[in-house]
Amino acid sequence: MNERAEFVMPSLGADMESGTVAEWLVKPGDRIRRGDVVAVIDTDKAMIEVESFHTGTVESLLVGTGRRVPVGTALAVITGAPPAAEPVSPEAVSPEAVPASPEKRAARPRRLPSAPGAPHAPAPVASPLVRHLAEQRGVDIARLRGTGPQGRVTRADVEHAEPAPEARVSPLARGLAARLGVDLAGVHGTGRGGAIRAQDVREAAERGAGPPPPEAVEEAARPPAEPAGARAVPGADQERRREAMRQAIARAMARSKREIPHYYLSTTVDLTRALAWLRERNHDLPVSRRLLPAALLLKAAARAAAEVPRLNGFWVDDAFVPGEAVHLGVAISLRGGGLIAPALHDAARLELEDLMAALKDLVARARAGRLRGAEMTEATITVTNLGDQGVEAVHGVIYPPQVALVGFGKIVDRPWAVDGLLGVRPLVTCTLAADHRATDGYTGGRFLGILGRLLDRPETL
Amino acid sequence: MTALRQVAPDMDPAALPRDADIRDALELDSLDFLTYVQTLSESGGCRIEEDDYPAFATIAGGADFLAAHARA
Repeated sequence: MNERAEFVMPSLGADMESGTVAEWLVKPGDRIRRGDVVAVIDTDKAMIEVESFHTGTVESLLVGTGRRVPVGTALAVITGAPPAAEPVSPEAVSPEAVPASPEKRAARPRRLPSAPGAPHAPAPVASPLVRHLAEQRGVDIARLRGTGPQGRVTRADVEHAEPAPEARVSPLARGLAARLGVDLAGVHGTGRGGAIRAQDVREAAERGAGPPPPEAVEEAARPPAEPAGARAVPGADQERRREAMRQAIARAMARSKREIPHYYLSTTVDLTRALAWLRERNHDLPVSRRLLPAALLLKAAARAAAEVPRLNGFWVDDAFVPGEAVHLGVAISLRGGGLIAPALHDAARLELEDLMAALKDLVARARAGRLRGAEMTEATITVTNLGDQGVEAVHGVIYPPQVALVGFGKIVDRPWAVDGLLGVRPLVTCTLAADHRATDGYTGGRFLGILGRLLDRPETL
Repeated sequence: MTALRQVAPDMDPAALPRDADIRDALELDSLDFLTYVQTLSESGGCRIEEDDYPAFATIAGGADFLAAHARA
């Protein structure tokens, strides 16, 4: 059995109509496994690392970097998925069967005339973990020679690398440089101690390529990198990207309000026990292992969604499709404007400490513009924790095709009657916006009731 | 300052009044603030309890705390 499969431009959210391959991480001839990150897709909202749904060999790349194509367009051909190495059933391999994006059923892959197969030299491949490590250590991954399979940059490569002398680069600047194709080695930092800031990158991009980096000799041994100008990523410049994101949010939210008959419920929860428990638990722990109240709120929301499955899933083709697990979308505001809601996978079953770590990682990557495709498509219910910005209650707009959105306000000390006595208690307003096509107020009420009870018994979370 | 730039790379904390609430001025959420405190705690080699967090709401407060509690 020598199957051919197409890797198509995925739908990374209800608001996405087209996308651009910003970077290929594979080339023809590469062996890939299901779940490997094969490309970085520039949606209007972010740079998303997209995984393959197939195991096999990359036969050809059909769309070069920098070209904007509609969702469903074949981007690459993958051949020879040996059944032995492929544990999933054949139908699960077809992109239409991906449960994550029910929308895709509508968008049949359209075949474009294949682009002249001019595969660009892939940037060094590294797992998100390794990238994160590199960022922490101030190592520029682009200058590393990967010793892993297919030149993959490994953890050890990063650990043995000398941090660049001017390694101080803000994450924003690093992300921007990657998008604009600016070589950081040629950028003059104007921040304190020569740190490179986003503004410096922008200026360098405007001036054109900087002086050749000192490592140019070493670079010459590798396949030639793309010239800086070759990355014609639409919206590459900050202002246009912001505008594009605004448009994407506008489309999704307008669709939500046009199609979804929202109903809204709210309840006030006394967090005295939750905060006392958190305080006790955080005591004696180093700051890095402490939990935030947000972790408790998210966990409680995920558990409540697991107990009220009618609120956890999608409304597709006039019917409710339940999510297979609770993938909790977390609304993250981006610095400089905009909003993105990637998913915490299987949040109801994550230990609190793991959920906290996953949340930190997700927020950091969302802000650095490095999310995974699955995170963008798989959220089954979303939480907004706008209370962190000071508001007492938030009545949200559902992110289609999901059917519910949970909102947490700010935790405030207020007078509260307990056992006939008035006391000052820390309170939070929990709200639910739900799709009346999928559920009625009774179901939503049950959700908030369970949520409140869970928050009152934090030790069970 | 480095700790602040890490969580708010698009802002210039050096331009902030030392008594301004950094959470408001730099638009930090609770996760950013935790990261900030964590960085200070680790780089300063100094335990910072949750009860001490309010001191770190301003640059001056944080600096005073670290000066008073830094390991000799």
